[in-house]
Amino acid sequence: MSASSSRVGAADAPLPSARMARGAGGGLGDRLFAASLRGAAWIVVLLAAGLVAALVWESKEAIGRFGLAFLYQSHWDPVTGQFGALPFVFGTIVSSILALLIAVPLSLGAAIFLAELAPGWVRPPIAFLIEMLAAVPSVVYGLWGIFVLVPWLRDWVQPALGAWLGFLPLFQGPPYGIGMLAAGVILAIMIVPYITSVSREVLLAVPGSQREAALGLGATRWETTRIAVLRYGRSGLVGAILLGLGRALGETMAVTMVIGNRPEVSLSLFAPGYTMASVIANEFTEATSELYVAALVEIGLLLLLVTIGVNGLARLLVWSVGGPTRGERE
Amino acid sequence: MSPRLRRWKSDAVSALTLLSALIVICPLLLIFGFLLVKGASALNLDFFTHLPKPVGEPGGGVANAIVGSLIMIGLAMCVGLPVGIAGGVYLAESRDRRLPWVVRFIADVLNGVPSIVVGIFAYTVVVLPMRRFSALAGGLALGFILIPIVLRTTEEMVRLVPNALREAGLGLGIERWKVTVRIVMPAARAGILTGVMVAVARIAGETAPLLFTALGNRFWHQGLDQPIAALPLQIYAYAIAPYDDWHRQAWAGALVLITLVFLASLAARMATRGRTIAR
Repeated sequence: MSASSSRVGAADAPLPSARMARGAGGGLGDRLFAASLRGAAWIVVLLAAGLVAALVWESKEAIGRFGLAFLYQSHWDPVTGQFGALPFVFGTIVSSILALLIAVPLSLGAAIFLAELAPGWVRPPIAFLIEMLAAVPSVVYGLWGIFVLVPWLRDWVQPALGAWLGFLPLFQGPPYGIGMLAAGVILAIMIVPYITSVSREVLLAVPGSQREAALGLGATRWETTRIAVLRYGRSGLVGAILLGLGRALGETMAVTMVIGNRPEVSLSLFAPGYTMASVIANEFTEATSELYVAALVEIGLLLLLVTIGVNGLARLLVWSVGGPTRGERE
Repeated sequence: MSPRLRRWKSDAVSALTLLSALIVICPLLLIFGFLLVKGASALNLDFFTHLPKPVGEPGGGVANAIVGSLIMIGLAMCVGLPVGIAGGVYLAESRDRRLPWVVRFIADVLNGVPSIVVGIFAYTVVVLPMRRFSALAGGLALGFILIPIVLRTTEEMVRLVPNALREAGLGLGIERWKVTVRIVMPAARAGILTGVMVAVARIAGETAPLLFTALGNRFWHQGLDQPIAALPLQIYAYAIAPYDDWHRQAWAGALVLITLVFLASLAARMATRGRTIAR
């Protein structure tokens, strides 16, 4: 099945009768078949609802006990039964923002290169490499982070940052290597392929007539890209970035392995931190009291709700440019 | 702005985008280089055939973890494939008005749900009632992750089947369900297989949802209702341990894992050449 056949398939005018009609009509076999397919679709809906319901149920004790204070209390002490999620929320937000700051310019640049500027023969190999990068498991990134990235940050990057920008509170403190900076960098590496490939698809979905119009007015290649392509695909690109953010917020293993896992709120990027996903990963099996488990599940619930929001918004934005499926695209 | 300046600016930005593309693929080369150098030196036959050795004894392997991973991937496919494929066919073939849109949206959102949250879900619905960590819980968590991926790729691939085929079948008086099962789905087989391979590549490397479902195990698997080892879990345990020999094994395990994942991705790519994988 090639790209060209996809265009042929989409161009065929779909006869309404050719696909399954709604409910009525057909013999018993048809109705049973349609019902079982619809059943599978409902299972997906029910699974999603069950996911939210199960997390709410398991965390109800913590929700009832701490209420909203759970979000802004920074005291996390299983021994005395005090649970405040602030350090984890803080760590998740800071590491994700840091990752976006690094990843967004690079990803958009690479996507523009792949979709607009690269000569035809270099596109497939580079796109392939970027897809491979997306397929690398999180734990492998973490392993590489511990033994390659962290020593490199400790010995080279952090001393240099400390020397030049040490007057900023962001870059103060001893260079451990492990810490918020390492988490941000490893997250950036991990979300770059997602942002790049979705942005690239968004750019490719921009109609060619947009480019031709700008070029016809005498715009240079960059002006064409900026005026006719980027502006047209703006909402889709924001969606791509949000998809990357969604990944970064929930990423667990690689971050857990390099962030240092200390529940503190520190301004310095050199200091160890903790994220919502990593505290669940580290403490869930050790959680002895019911309240402890409930608090961890509540962190998971928060993570779920935030990523549902971010991803839902991202999908709507990406769909606004390309349509929900390739088949429906012009 | 003069035309020359504009052209210069255009070239400069083009160069910057080329540079960012190069920077983006750099980590892949670095990660691969280290995996090959550090992993290959620790690989030997024992690694694939032996159980892990106790702390302090060098050598040993991760055979149980490889078997455990395969078992859980199999379980995940049993759970996830029927729902994913049937749901995908539904999305592509159905003329219902609202449900397909809702399901498509939910599937895409589920695809972005952190895998550790799926782990908590499997913990609450399997581990808590059974009162023990088990292969079953791990397989269910992986199956949950598999569903939205398979669903969406199946939909796209079934959608690509030209309508002329459906019309030809219906024109011959064949029942609709037979047209779908005997004509449309075989035509989309390669594409559906691609989706399955992509999903397998993804769940093979998942670690977070297994931490408190499968838990890990130092021995061969002892039944689906018992804790079970998995390759990603073993890599994680070895990587954060303080022993050099374990670090070597972690690199070797990562090399094996990434080879498996890339083979699956490559197989997916081969099945439908010219189409992009990640979405």
